[in-house]
Amino acid sequence: MDLDFTPEEEQFRLRARAWLAAHVPRAPLPSLETEEGFAAHRAWEGTLAADRWSVVSWPEEFGGQGADLVKWLLFEEEYYAAGAPGRVSQNGISLLAPTLFDHGTPEQRARVLPPMARGEVVWAQAWSEPEAGSDLASLRSTARRAPGGWRLSGQKTWSSRAAFADRAFGLFRSDPRAERPHHGLAYVMFPLDAPGVTIRPIGRLDGRPAFAEVFLDDVFVPDDDVIGAPGDGWRIAMSTTGDERGLALRSPGRFLATADRLVRLWHAHGDPSDTALRDRVADAVIGARAYQLFTWANASRSAAGEKLGAESSLNKVFWSEYDIAVHEAALDLLGADGELTDDGERLPPRPPDASSPDPTSPDRTSPDPTSPDPAPTDPAPWTEGYVFSLAGPIYAGTNEIQRDIIAERLLGLPKGRR
Amino acid sequence: MRFLLDDEQRAFARTLDGVLKAADTPAVARAWAAGDHAPGAAVWRRLAEAGVFTLAAPEEYEGAGQLPVDTAVAFVELGRHAVPGPLVETVAAAALLTRLAALGVPGPAKRLLPSLVTGEARATLALPGTGPYVLDADAASLVLAVDAGRVRLAPGHARVRASLDPARRLARPLPGGEVLAAGPAVEEAARCALRWAALTTAAQCLGVGCALLDRTVTYVRQRTQFGVPVGSFQAVKHRLAEVLVGLEFARPLVFGAAVSLGDEEAWGDVAAAKVCAAESAYRSARAALQLHGAIGYTSEYDISLWLLKARALRGAWGGTSQWRARAVPPPT
Ligand SMILES: Cc1cc2nc3c(=O)[nH]c(=O)nc-3n(C[C@H](O)[C@H](O)[C@H](O)COP(=O)(O)OP(=O)(O)OC[C@H]3O[C@@H](n4cnc5c(N)ncnc54)[C@H](O)[C@@H]3O)c2cc1C
Repeated sequence: MDLDFTPEEEQFRLRARAWLAAHVPRAPLPSLETEEGFAAHRAWEGTLAADRWSVVSWPEEFGGQGADLVKWLLFEEEYYAAGAPGRVSQNGISLLAPTLFDHGTPEQRARVLPPMARGEVVWAQAWSEPEAGSDLASLRSTARRAPGGWRLSGQKTWSSRAAFADRAFGLFRSDPRAERPHHGLAYVMFPLDAPGVTIRPIGRLDGRPAFAEVFLDDVFVPDDDVIGAPGDGWRIAMSTTGDERGLALRSPGRFLATADRLVRLWHAHGDPSDTALRDRVADAVIGARAYQLFTWANASRSAAGEKLGAESSLNKVFWSEYDIAVHEAALDLLGADGELTDDGERLPPRPPDASSPDPTSPDRTSPDPTSPDPAPTDPAPWTEGYVFSLAGPIYAGTNEIQRDIIAERLLGLPKGRR
Repeated sequence: MRFLLDDEQRAFARTLDGVLKAADTPAVARAWAAGDHAPGAAVWRRLAEAGVFTLAAPEEYEGAGQLPVDTAVAFVELGRHAVPGPLVETVAAAALLTRLAALGVPGPAKRLLPSLVTGEARATLALPGTGPYVLDADAASLVLAVDAGRVRLAPGHARVRASLDPARRLARPLPGGEVLAAGPAVEEAARCALRWAALTTAAQCLGVGCALLDRTVTYVRQRTQFGVPVGSFQAVKHRLAEVLVGLEFARPLVFGAAVSLGDEEAWGDVAAAKVCAAESAYRSARAALQLHGAIGYTSEYDISLWLLKARALRGAWGGTSQWRARAVPPPT
């Protein structure tokens, strides 16, 4: 058992760090839930892709570097430590791409993956429907046979980033006569600007159009855009949900960077006598480390040939609850400023002292004055992060559903009524 | 990077599991609680034969070299089987003596370590800043106390007092006795011993938490109410799922702390392990009691052996807030 990285892995880390230091935009990009911000983020994906950093774990032929899981984790640590922008291509990269690698045709991979890697085609996930959330298999949108393809009708909802995205992937009922709701579903890709598609953005909690409703009225898709056999959609979709709950969606790097910012906030404004708040800061640091080590343990297991399954539900519950707790601690530390959503007035920083981290140290936990990583005392990233974190226990399968999976598949408890 | 136990370490865990199962440790713990240390001493000998006490000492003192990961593996099993006795204390004492020797004070190690390593002697230990008591002084052959910059071999102990875990007993070491070492090395050796104590306590907590979860899962699958197993109720399932999440994220912290234990400055990992393992074991205990219903609230039923240990270990060697303070540097 060791935590040492090979010289090659360390070199990869340094290469990523150097690239990010040279390329991460100096000023934070506008929110990706705005048209302007979406475009800026899309351009950032292009910058990443130009030097093969947008999809490091993919094979080279699709724009990646063929990096293994450990290298990908190192890249993600560097990415978030550098304060790089959020990934607008995430749904495609973390959900559709693994699906295509496992179930797509060579033609589909060659056609879909490279433009995804370059941010030229941004994908939205169209699974949920108004009447089908946790019970996804009860979905009603249909795919009807047509010459050379299928015609899609129905309504999808809560589709993240669909307001500005280019294409979507989702499940449709292709065989209304199938005996069980899980059967007779097709996994289909479709353009969001096709005739018959109407998009209605929905304001999330803070009003930003972070997701949208998608109405489909007899939208034609060719056979080439169905992934796998038309009746096999459920199995295909479920084979990749582990990616959504688990690592691909939330690598530890993100939480390590957030915990680090929280400690800096505590150093800047913490009241040393408030040990209750200090304990919550400590829990944030401990939780980020736990998540990192848990992930490394799983990476080691997977490198040793073990197959990971329902463990991704442990992951999902952990990171989603963790994310809220960290942001709550930050808002409490910010006090009255913890409800501000702009950076207009900054809290005065505490005078520097001997205990503040040395900015010249190579240790990435030190603040890097050249990094766009927001000053930890700016309230806006914390309040925005807080609003975002609140959705964590709901999307990617609610935490109630994840706890069912943990209890039944990992603990072997009997199935109850659903 | 290979953050995974190797085959030998897994085999070691299986061996200990077999030894402890055969020893009927619940009966041993009950005897220990009643003041009969003989069955516990027999288990102690078997643990020594399996090498448990060699893991904190270097080869020159009959040890196996300092192997914190293997030690953690062992203490998870000791916790899982509710083994009583000053186990953590003996290992921490071995670490203390080893560190003193490395810092140029080899006398005490030469004299005392070999008997600890072979299991002939049991030590109990008090370190500065973690409370005035030593555990199971009446069952230990060496009572060590570090205070005022010295390591003393206490001449005995004051009145033995009951812990809320019936299998633990606490006493203050008597003042005086032979001074084994003094000077700046003592402080550093005590810090090293505290890291070993925290690591082994955390591992023991993890084992306690897992034992409670295992037993509770078995129980709720078989206990029926309203015509179905109570384990099919979602409120029950979700509570146990939360316990598993807690334990499975404490586990890597425990082993992460073991990997970095040798690093003098690395308090973060050991603090994280102590806090997280203690808290998750405690949550496991609360869930176990609740989900066993009244049967869990009896001393007759074995689960009581782990329930109160989880609470006692949470405060041992400094409470969770004290360790959280070590996990984040304070603002000045
Ligand atoms: C920010 C955000 C982004 C999203 N992005 C996307 C996206 O891009 N694409 C997409 O397809 N979907 C997306 N979703 C939708 C998300 O997947 C669903 O919200 C989720 O599956 C829950 O469905 P629901 O909202 O219909 O809640 P419901 O299923 O109606 O559940 C309501 C409540 O009841 C609980 N509940 C339901 N069934 C059970 C049960 N058996 N046991 C216990 N409790 C139960 C749930 O846990 C929840 O607490 C997003 C949601 C959010 C909040």
